[in-house]
Amino acid sequence: MATMTMAKALNAALADAMLDDERVVVFGEDVGQLGGVFRITDGLQARFGDKRCFDTPLAEAGIVGFAVGLAMSGLRPVVEMQFDAFAYPAFEQIASHVAKLRNRTRGALSVPIVIRVPYAGGIGGVEHHCDSSEAYYAHTPGLKVVTPATVDDAYSLLRAAVDDPDPVVFLEPKKLYFTSAEAELPARTAPIGTAVVRRPGSDATLIAYGPAVPVALAAAEAAREEGWDLEVVDVRSIVPFDDATVTASVRRTGRCVVIQEAQGFAGVGAEIAARVQERCFHALHAPVLRVSGLDIPYPAPMLEHTHLPSVDRVLDAVARLQWDDQPDTRWVAA
Amino acid sequence: MTTTPQAVRRASPRTRRKTTPAAPDPSAGFMPQREPVRLLEPDGTPLPARDDYPEPPVEALREMYRRMVVGRRFDVQATALTKQGRLAVYPSARGQEACQIGGVLALREDDWVFPTYRESMALTARGLDPVEVLTLLCGDWHCGYDPAATRTAPQCTPLATQCVHAAGLAYGESYQGRDTVALAFIGDGATSEGDFHEGINFAAVFKAPVVYLVQNNKYAISVPLSRQTAAPSLAYKGVGYGVPSEQVDGNDPVAVLAVLDRAVAHARAGKGPYLVEAHTYRMEPHTNADDQTRYRDADEVEAWRDRDPIARLEAYLRARGVLDDAAVAAVAEEAEEYAATLRRRMDSQPTVDPLSLFDHVYAEPTPQLVEQREMVRAELAADGEGDA
Repeated sequence: MATMTMAKALNAALADAMLDDERVVVFGEDVGQLGGVFRITDGLQARFGDKRCFDTPLAEAGIVGFAVGLAMSGLRPVVEMQFDAFAYPAFEQIASHVAKLRNRTRGALSVPIVIRVPYAGGIGGVEHHCDSSEAYYAHTPGLKVVTPATVDDAYSLLRAAVDDPDPVVFLEPKKLYFTSAEAELPARTAPIGTAVVRRPGSDATLIAYGPAVPVALAAAEAAREEGWDLEVVDVRSIVPFDDATVTASVRRTGRCVVIQEAQGFAGVGAEIAARVQERCFHALHAPVLRVSGLDIPYPAPMLEHTHLPSVDRVLDAVARLQWDDQPDTRWVAA
Repeated sequence: MTTTPQAVRRASPRTRRKTTPAAPDPSAGFMPQREPVRLLEPDGTPLPARDDYPEPPVEALREMYRRMVVGRRFDVQATALTKQGRLAVYPSARGQEACQIGGVLALREDDWVFPTYRESMALTARGLDPVEVLTLLCGDWHCGYDPAATRTAPQCTPLATQCVHAAGLAYGESYQGRDTVALAFIGDGATSEGDFHEGINFAAVFKAPVVYLVQNNKYAISVPLSRQTAAPSLAYKGVGYGVPSEQVDGNDPVAVLAVLDRAVAHARAGKGPYLVEAHTYRMEPHTNADDQTRYRDADEVEAWRDRDPIARLEAYLRARGVLDDAAVAAVAEEAEEYAATLRRRMDSQPTVDPLSLFDHVYAEPTPQLVEQREMVRAELAADGEGDA
């Protein structure tokens, strides 16, 4: 066991994937000699050569479209979008081709591409560097959408994404890049498509993914003082979504708060809340609540703490889960 | 001897020439010719032979004639199928036969084609099953042919996006030691899309063996070329990317094939991409659903009939004595048979299993798709339509 950062685990996952499968090629902006602006591809070009890991022109649609062609020729491209919001020019390629080629061709063509996207905020980034863009991808059938919250998962999910027969949008929470944990590589955790219970509890379930997972865990810890024993489920795989694990947890606890860093309206948390309500209605003692970012464009650095879900906001939501069977009056007209 | 001011003036230019020789034009080798390359007059009369674009072998030209005639007949038949309700829509390529056929004839079987929705004629000329090609427009699925088996990407509707795929595929093939060439078809309107520029730039930077064939048919649905570019030719768009570029009379089949032969040879030799602008004209509306009287005069369309590429090639081959009445009749008969067979095969409505909707979203359906498939299966069973 060694202590390592999520960034280092992701780097090791890419290196091991390139070692195991010579079809794997890694490219994007600044990923070569520089090793990526977050150093996730550090050393790959030196180790595997500039044909396996290379810089491209600064054109995100070009990067993803180029990956489509490379995948058609039999390679396994892993591309980096430098930041969440910089991936938007590639959206047509992702939505119209990457996601649909298998379907359009009745399975004759598949494009097993991994699109790595450093996403979300909490790092004091200036505008266009902190978007939570998961809902755009999750709303696009044909894509798998995965986001790790732990060092082990970062390694294992990225290896699984590279091996996956379908395209995977791999969302890397920037604020967790340099968090450390004990890890022994090559770690293999649960496969894509499964959620895991990060912390067992009996009173309510907190459902979170990516950068919101540490917030949920901190809230669960703080809730002990209030006398609440909270379970935390880490979604990990937004698509395919693990209804079974989530449903089992909420049926057990009877209460649920969904936490996401992204703005709330029409977000992934809304989908999760709806699914929980559909499947767990008779086990629920309170409405499913959401804690999310505000419905605003990502704010400037000095205001981001007001925007981001905090432990206090999560605890406020937990407090409203009708513990004394009193209805939540928040939405009742005066 | 004293030096007069006149002598100084006379001497100084010589001195300047000696010390600063003119720098070579860095765009030389990329620039298209000032006028589109042309090897036949519109009436089929041959122009003087040229070294840069040698005339293709006569057998290739006879084959081109055959496929152009069959291709036009296919196009007419497909348009008729829209009137009978068998196709939802059909974008015709009539008038563009030299580009459609030249584009696929210049390639080997194992090369890749990246077509748009207007290349149905090109794909059937490539030997793809016309019923499979028309699947997209028939409505029973999207792409009806197997792209991997036919080395033909799905017909691309999002404009210019295939330009980047072609660059990636071509680079991937050369990366793996194969000498495959990719040819991407694109229209004049789509040269305004970002992906055209990103594709050609990626191909140039990575020396990917791609030929970009722009069929400039003068209109993007209704919008004329003057709203797409202020450049003197779309072929100039390659120069800025360091890509050799050429313009050709797209209704001159001999010139189209000669230019594409050179472009393909350039790409296959590992010298990177090549851009060709073919000046042509769409004789039919954008699709059968389009009303072209709103944006162009009948006179304009009529004027282009004199530049018909099939009549032009036929006149040339007849004059050379390599095509006679019997051969022309045989090709015409083949075209009629091709259309009759297509008509007959399109007579029967294909059956589509609604449950197949869930088959190819992912390699394995997600739990959510399994649930939805069960819902549809139950609905079909209740309607007495399903196999459940």
